[in-house]
Amino acid sequence: MNLQLLAQINSFLAALVLLTAFAMLSQRKINSLVTLFAWQGLFLSINTAVVGFVAAKHHLYISSLLTLSIKVILLPYILHVLIVRLKIRKEMETIMNIPTTMLIGIALVIFSYHLTAPVREMSTLITRSTLAVALATVMIGLLMMITRKHAVTQIIGFLAMENGLFFAATSATYGMPLVVELGVALDVLIAAFIFGIFFFHISTTFDSLSVEQMESLREDN
Amino acid sequence: MTKPLHLILIEILQVVIVIAAAPAFLGWVDMLKCWLQGRTSAGIMQPYRNIAKLFVKDVVLADNASWIFRITPYLVFGTAVVVGSVIPIISTNLFLAPSADIIVVIAIFATARFFMALAGMDIGTAFGGMGASREMMIASLTEPAILMAIFTVSLAGRSTSLLHIVQSFSNGALVLRPSIVFAGIAFVLVVIAEAGRVPVDNPSTHLELTMVHEAMILEYSGRHLALIEWGSMIRFFLFVTLGIACFLPWGIASTDDAGSIAASVFFMVIKAAVIGVVVVLIETGLAKMRLFRLTEFLGAAFLLSTLGVIAFFILE
Repeated sequence: MNLQLLAQINSFLAALVLLTAFAMLSQRKINSLVTLFAWQGLFLSINTAVVGFVAAKHHLYISSLLTLSIKVILLPYILHVLIVRLKIRKEMETIMNIPTTMLIGIALVIFSYHLTAPVREMSTLITRSTLAVALATVMIGLLMMITRKHAVTQIIGFLAMENGLFFAATSATYGMPLVVELGVALDVLIAAFIFGIFFFHISTTFDSLSVEQMESLREDN
Repeated sequence: MTKPLHLILIEILQVVIVIAAAPAFLGWVDMLKCWLQGRTSAGIMQPYRNIAKLFVKDVVLADNASWIFRITPYLVFGTAVVVGSVIPIISTNLFLAPSADIIVVIAIFATARFFMALAGMDIGTAFGGMGASREMMIASLTEPAILMAIFTVSLAGRSTSLLHIVQSFSNGALVLRPSIVFAGIAFVLVVIAEAGRVPVDNPSTHLELTMVHEAMILEYSGRHLALIEWGSMIRFFLFVTLGIACFLPWGIASTDDAGSIAASVFFMVIKAAVIGVVVVLIETGLAKMRLFRLTEFLGAAFLLSTLGVIAFFILE
């Protein structure tokens, strides 16, 4: 009975992760985007702790704390600092209009549900049904990278994809070994720093962070 | 022989409650809104006074008004009363409730809206046509969203009949269902749009260019206007009670003794009052949206309700 309640909490948190993924997809303002990313990290972290409790895998508590410190506190802080330093204020433009993007997002959720159906048949873990949500989060992150023109939003899409991968690992196999997770966390952190440095270079070279500018690198003098 | 009489009495009581309480609900919402905005309110009885005033005034009809224009007020009021007789509000032992399921309820609302749009265009004034076209645009976005929300609820309740949904929810164990939460939020957004409340339409506007619902009924006067206003109030109230039946059904009586009916009326009043507070908070917190931003607002509602359906299949 208790396990059933925990399974319900687990799927509820999965639903919230999916909801924040869609909210990020539809959000225009970059500050709210960072806040939503932090919320996604928070749900992910709570979910990891719940899964750790259900599976009695104590290393999941550590990765939950890692997620909390890096994805909820550190990365959003770094992104906020970047946004302030680079003076990004205006609303972000998208390639497609937002309702269309959301419809594609829904199609991606259905697609990943079908894709993970065989895994769900074979798996016996209580978290198996959230695998579809995890895959959908990865795909929505990718969709966000495709449909946004702005470099910072693309990075947030990338980080959201990483969230999805982490979620997939916890729901499919009760998490990766701790060494791998530590390595990934460090990678993400380093990546964020490198992105920050790149942003400064891009914005000083092109006077803009829109990646469209980079398409015309030909010497047209 | 006594039992059907009993049921008919409950049915009549419910319809009377719906017709009589709808203006009070609107009055309650308006009163709270006045308080929150620091104005002196006209009191909870103001909608009754408005209706009474309109009933004593003469009807002024345009020369080119056709029969559509003349029957629409009665149709709007009549459909609202019909829906009021099939939604389980005070009891699940309703005499007429098995005759219509939740999809029919939405269809009846859509019929009223269709005739209202026709009537808006009937006289041929610019504002009527503009209001009708806007109303139809909003309707084309709200109807998929509300249907998806309702499908989610029907999937969870394993029936499209409102009675079964209410019974299965209020008797079953309390489970955490993400699908119902998504559908519930989507339903709130849709009700705001359907009832013409603030982020979508401003019911108290006097500027014709921003009107939606008001622009359609600009040509109405006297008892026709009173019936349309009253019908709209009932419609708003019914959407709220439909939300209660689908998402907060606890407390609706399933037996037909007087005590449980009274308790269920009491719960209904409490729930409607609380929902009124929520509506006012949303209205005061948001500014009216630009018309073309509505696709995003209602797109979000559609997204949420679709996620509800998907979450039902994936997670439950």
